[in-house]
Amino acid sequence: MRSLIDIADLTVEEIDGLIATAEDIIKDPDKYAEKCRRKKLATLFYEPSTRTRLSFESAMIELGGSVIGFSEAQSSSASKGESVADTARVISCFADIIAMRHPMEGAPRVAAMNASIPVINAGDGGHNHPTQTLTDLLTIKREKGRLSHMTVGCCGDLKFGRTVHSLLEAMSRYEGVDFVLISPEELKVPEHVRTDILNAGRVKYRETESLQEAMPELDILYMTRVQRERFISEADYVRLKDTYILTPDKLETAKKDLSILHPLPRVNEISVAIDKDPRACYFRQVMNGKFIRMALIMKLLEVE
Amino acid sequence: MLIGTIVNGIVIDHIPAGRGMELYRYLELDKLDCEVALIKNAASGKRGKKDILKINEVIDLNFDLLGYIDPHITVNIIRNGERVEKRHPDLPDEIRGVIRCKNPRCITSCEQELEHVFKLTDREHRVYRCAYCDTRAK
Repeated sequence: MRSLIDIADLTVEEIDGLIATAEDIIKDPDKYAEKCRRKKLATLFYEPSTRTRLSFESAMIELGGSVIGFSEAQSSSASKGESVADTARVISCFADIIAMRHPMEGAPRVAAMNASIPVINAGDGGHNHPTQTLTDLLTIKREKGRLSHMTVGCCGDLKFGRTVHSLLEAMSRYEGVDFVLISPEELKVPEHVRTDILNAGRVKYRETESLQEAMPELDILYMTRVQRERFISEADYVRLKDTYILTPDKLETAKKDLSILHPLPRVNEISVAIDKDPRACYFRQVMNGKFIRMALIMKLLEVE
Repeated sequence: MLIGTIVNGIVIDHIPAGRGMELYRYLELDKLDCEVALIKNAASGKRGKKDILKINEVIDLNFDLLGYIDPHITVNIIRNGERVEKRHPDLPDEIRGVIRCKNPRCITSCEQELEHVFKLTDREHRVYRCAYCDTRAK
């Protein structure tokens, strides 16, 4: 029995396998329509999420399975003080697989240690969000046809942005990927990402505060939202939230085949005028999220 | 300074200077009824200064904990006034229930019964990280 808590739990070969399965699902969805018949996914969401929860649920439904769960902590036994470990043990009696989102870092790991069914981390605070990373990788693969030899710019909140940390971890394992990290001083990548990934000698990277300066060299621009819920000080959030806003004029120096990704939801960091630009991939990215989650559910349930 | 000779007991030597009291607390030596001496800033040929703990009883030691503090620590077992064994702890791959995660966003901060677990992620630099949230042990 296997869980997915951190993108590092998967080898490059396994990631490539999941991407291949997702691409096959896209090509022939009917082939997969009954793969998880009579299987149940429990979505345990202790904090609000529209995209990720619905993506998991639609993935399971399109595999022929069904879904149980809750979408906020108040409607679960957590509001009565039940521990994550106990909830995981209980849900193991009802479902075949768990997708868990929790505001506290490490909660899905605790669930995986105590559940008797696979657990998928659907986001734990500012820590990990491996299925978003798989989504990003599938999107990059589909847009560029490869996952190696490119320059990836990550822009915005690189401190609390868990999607960026996981993306750096995953992409650093592919050959010839350079990173440009674009953020204000206060939102630079945290120490553990710097030491374990960036300074581990595997990748080339540089840091800048200027999106404009970095733009011409980028093959991928990964925009992120400055997340209000990650700040303890409201004043710090207000001061930093509008640091980077992508508008059409800022794309003038960008490559013609740039791919703009965003884990969504966006607030104002990408102008809606960009949505019509063919380089904007973020809505295609959402669709990819469902397909890669289908591939992952099948893998963890060991469905052939 | 004179400290009484140990007949049956343990001398924990080569503790990094200034960490003897920390080790005293981690090993819960305050709970022992026997004589325990902490010598701070003793002269050391290799390091200039070191701390030493002398325990006048042979007790079970948590060698993982000693290895976490410093794998260069020496543990001397004394019986009948003679040193019968000299051991160095290994750097442990994992430490359980000793150090606590300081990250307020870690699941261990709100679920009090969870055991605090740290894993060795960088042997060269002796870096330990919380097994749940990856925060570095300080």
